[in-house]
Amino acid sequence: MTQLIGILILSIFVENFVFSQILGLCPFIGVSNKFDSAYGMGLAVTFVMFVTGIVTWPLYHLILVPLQLEYLETIAFILVIAALVQFVEIVMKKTARNLYQALGVYLPLITTNCAVLGVALINIKRNYSFAEAAVNALGGGLGFLMALLIMAGIRERLELAEIPASMKGAPIAFITGGIMAAAFIGFSGLI
Amino acid sequence: MQIIIAVAVLSTIAFFAGILLSYASEKFQIETDEKTEEILKYLPGVNCGACGYPGCQGFAQALSSNEASPDSCTVISAKNLTKLKTFLGLETADNSKSQKRLGALIKCNGSDSEEHMKFTYEGIKDCQAAVLLQNGPWKCPHRCVGMGSCVAACPFGALSMGEKHIPVLDESKCVGCAACVPACPKNLIKMVDIDRRVHVLCNSTDTAKEVREHCKVGCIGCKLCEKVCPTGAITVTDNLAKIDYSKCTDCGLCAEKCPTKAIFVEPEQPNTESVKETQPTENKADKK
Repeated sequence: MTQLIGILILSIFVENFVFSQILGLCPFIGVSNKFDSAYGMGLAVTFVMFVTGIVTWPLYHLILVPLQLEYLETIAFILVIAALVQFVEIVMKKTARNLYQALGVYLPLITTNCAVLGVALINIKRNYSFAEAAVNALGGGLGFLMALLIMAGIRERLELAEIPASMKGAPIAFITGGIMAAAFIGFSGLI
Repeated sequence: MQIIIAVAVLSTIAFFAGILLSYASEKFQIETDEKTEEILKYLPGVNCGACGYPGCQGFAQALSSNEASPDSCTVISAKNLTKLKTFLGLETADNSKSQKRLGALIKCNGSDSEEHMKFTYEGIKDCQAAVLLQNGPWKCPHRCVGMGSCVAACPFGALSMGEKHIPVLDESKCVGCAACVPACPKNLIKMVDIDRRVHVLCNSTDTAKEVREHCKVGCIGCKLCEKVCPTGAITVTDNLAKIDYSKCTDCGLCAEKCPTKAIFVEPEQPNTESVKETQPTENKADKK
């Protein structure tokens, strides 16, 4: 149990996908304009990451390893993730139409989100057990959600700040992200 | 052999993923209401909210379930309205043309000289923000703040900021959606029949002395217009003239009599000529 909590904290704070592993920057910059859509996107990514972690682990250990097809992990994972994202999109279109419209093009983009693929590959690389892999995926998603929410909160305030015209929008967002990443180094050594 | 297994495994995974997706798209299919879709085609699609429903989609749903009347949409063109009514099986009323069209009226004549300013405002270009500081930069508490919040609020680009820091309406673009009304912190914008030409361009209920102090073109409540009006359409209450548009005949006698030219006859606006150029000059009022 302690092990699992350790992995959760590790994946949320110490090895935050955005700040420490520099993965998933596309939605991090693209959807962090508004707090509400950032929240929706964060939840969508968290959900997809969690399900990905749960699905890819048995896929690898029960199908690829016995067949000695470990080299297929990347393409197999992408296939599964793409199908999952499509599934989430269809369900969301039906049940949460406003959220679906708010996310727009970024929901299909989760398909090629490296954070989602990253969590699946890291689970394999670190030889996690199934429970550990699930916790790691959940933590990765929550860490991503947290990064997105912090960023959206800062950017909503930046809208009102007086900054040079050439720095408005993405440039100041990247600088903000960089400073936040530097701040997150403070968590290293926690676990 | 190895390559065949690899292809087979991936194909199998893809096959099951395909089954999952086709099941999901069947299970979570969105029933698109064909009637709503058809109605939506006739609507302007600008989502201004003038009808009181959340966007054209919401209005179309309300129409399709007979909860709303097509007349609620002030933006729709007469041609599309007729088509929509025919589609809905409603009586195509011929009086749709005589139906009055609403337009925004900014009830301020705008004294622009510097002596009528309390200070120069250099903050955020927003009326609400400017009002927070000493109730705006102008001495007159009712004067248009002139930061253009209504201009920004107009989804049709019908408002623009005139030279006197008063928004100018382009009547050909205004559809009467009233999106600008809540944007004004001074409540200066009223929706009136757009074809009406005579208007009281002042919203000040202050006494004549106060109005004179901070404006040259405001209504001072002298009641000259009340006396001259042949149809009794104008009444002065709380030091402010008010036109009853149901009685007004657009004769313009009141505007001639008005000593401060707060009552104003708009010229016919066939083109996009702006109102500000034809507004009474302040010099005239100065001589009084």
